[in-house]
Amino acid sequence: MEAFGEIFQYILSGFSTGAIYALIGFGFAVIYNSTGIINFAQGEFVMLGGLATIFFINMNFPLPVSVIFAIATATLTGVVFERLAIRPLKNATPLNLVLITIGASILIRGGAMLMWGKDTHVLPSFSGSDPIYIADATILPQHLWIFSITVLIIAASRMFFNRSITGKAMRACAYNREAAGLVGIDVKKMVLFSFIISSAIGSLAGIIIAPLTMSSYDVGVMLGLKGFCAAIIGGMSNGAGTVIGGLLLGILESLGAGFISASYKDAIAFIILLLILFFRPEGIFRKDETERV
Amino acid sequence: MLVIKNLNTYYGQVHVLKNVSLHLREGEIVALIGANGAGKTTLLNTVSGITPARSGIVSYRGLPVQDLPPHRIVGLGVSQVPEGRQVFKPLVVEENLELGAYLLHRNKEGKEEAKKNLQMVYELFPVLAERRRQPAGTLSGGEQQMLAVGRALMAGPRLLLLDEPSMGLAPLIVQEIFRVIRSLVEERKTTILIVEQNAKAALNLADRGYVLDTGKIIMEGAASDLLVNRDVQRAYLGRDKKEIWER
Ligand SMILES: Nc1ncnc2c1ncn2[C@@H]1O[C@H](COP(=O)(O)OP(=O)(O)OP(=O)(O)O)[C@@H](O)[C@H]1O
Ligand SMILES: [Mg+2]
Repeated sequence: MEAFGEIFQYILSGFSTGAIYALIGFGFAVIYNSTGIINFAQGEFVMLGGLATIFFINMNFPLPVSVIFAIATATLTGVVFERLAIRPLKNATPLNLVLITIGASILIRGGAMLMWGKDTHVLPSFSGSDPIYIADATILPQHLWIFSITVLIIAASRMFFNRSITGKAMRACAYNREAAGLVGIDVKKMVLFSFIISSAIGSLAGIIIAPLTMSSYDVGVMLGLKGFCAAIIGGMSNGAGTVIGGLLLGILESLGAGFISASYKDAIAFIILLLILFFRPEGIFRKDETERV
Repeated sequence: MLVIKNLNTYYGQVHVLKNVSLHLREGEIVALIGANGAGKTTLLNTVSGITPARSGIVSYRGLPVQDLPPHRIVGLGVSQVPEGRQVFKPLVVEENLELGAYLLHRNKEGKEEAKKNLQMVYELFPVLAERRRQPAGTLSGGEQQMLAVGRALMAGPRLLLLDEPSMGLAPLIVQEIFRVIRSLVEERKTTILIVEQNAKAALNLADRGYVLDTGKIIMEGAASDLLVNRDVQRAYLGRDKKEIWER
């Protein structure tokens, strides 16, 4: 019974980090599907979300306002990035694109370091930190925030991509840009939208996890990588695949840290990434072409 | 309606369209014929703004459009049914059609118009109505072609560019599509530029025709004249080829 409780506890906490990875991975997938670019600056939006919220709270704004300002800051960064680094490109090779997004991530990280220093900063939990007991396990109120916001975001984006004409236009662009132009879709605008969506979602992920992990200018590197891993497991779909990928990664990490050693925690994402790239580069949960988005 | 003057288009260093000039009058059906690789698709894509022109003028209803991006050209009333259908396979049939009227979704009247156009397309191609909830990728080739035509019609275009609408289709379906094209001209006064492998069918449908040969217009005239022209017959209607083959 003891062991069972322990496993349950690991799974619960794995679920919540996994939800974060899923959100970050979702950001990767949205940009990848509309541009073919793997945006290695994705993690920096996550970092910006957390640090900017703390910054606004320290300026005495209430939490909800700070959250909104922080999302706006990260989204604006995403827009500027798209305008300055992505839109002017013509015929860039994939390698060029990778270098550009890595360059952008170094730049954003550097800016954050100048602004907020190298120290870690703490964002208070949204609604206290009295543990909640579920069977033999405990979770924190912040975990509930993470679950519910993740579910909300995933549901909202499903609605957006499946119901709204703009969402459908983005899916059309992802599948065939030329044909999208031929029906009157402004392809460049859709690319900009995808940067807006993924930087907003990325920063939100950074905000809701900040109370559990501390924030510093460099947290985006590792979180970005985990999100990338989630998206790869999901086959870069902006649907269920990435969610499952994120949860799976979160749970494996948590079990690995609990039963093997906490120092191997980060290695798990790398191992999964390598295994997938070797054996199933199309992802584990990728459905066929007709369900790409 | 559409006037093209001294148009030159390149792919990198390769000169594909060489001083092409042609025009379409309102309500006309014009056929563009030519061998594989002559530059027919390139010409349509230059008009649609996908492949930029290096020099020359494309003017639509008096407005120079050669430097506009594709979505602006669609907004002016020029739609293309691209070669090889290019439907959005992961999206269902009805979503494909809705996106055909993407630009109409900006305001209320437009949305109403899109709904009407949807009904019209479903009447023209009843099979699309039956398949409306099916991903476009699961349609047969002929159904996908109907969808591509229907999608272009959703915008309510005044000028329709058709790139090989009969490619790979059974004669019955080709007839079906040509019937729709004819009815568009009669009922909606749509102007049509049609590119065809099947030169005979296209010339039978058209009022006038142009022959494109390695990027140059080498002949133009009334469709009925081109149909009986010996050079055209030899090169594109396959008359003499058959005689040689029979010998
Ligand atoms: N994207 C491209 N890049 C480089 N060259 C191209 C490209 N598209 C077409 N070409 C070349 O331009 C020439 C004209 O091609 P185009 O597709 O316009 O011919 P077409 O008349 O439509 O032929 P088909 O009847 O086979 O469709 C061909 O030699 C082709 O190889
Ligand atoms: Mg062609």
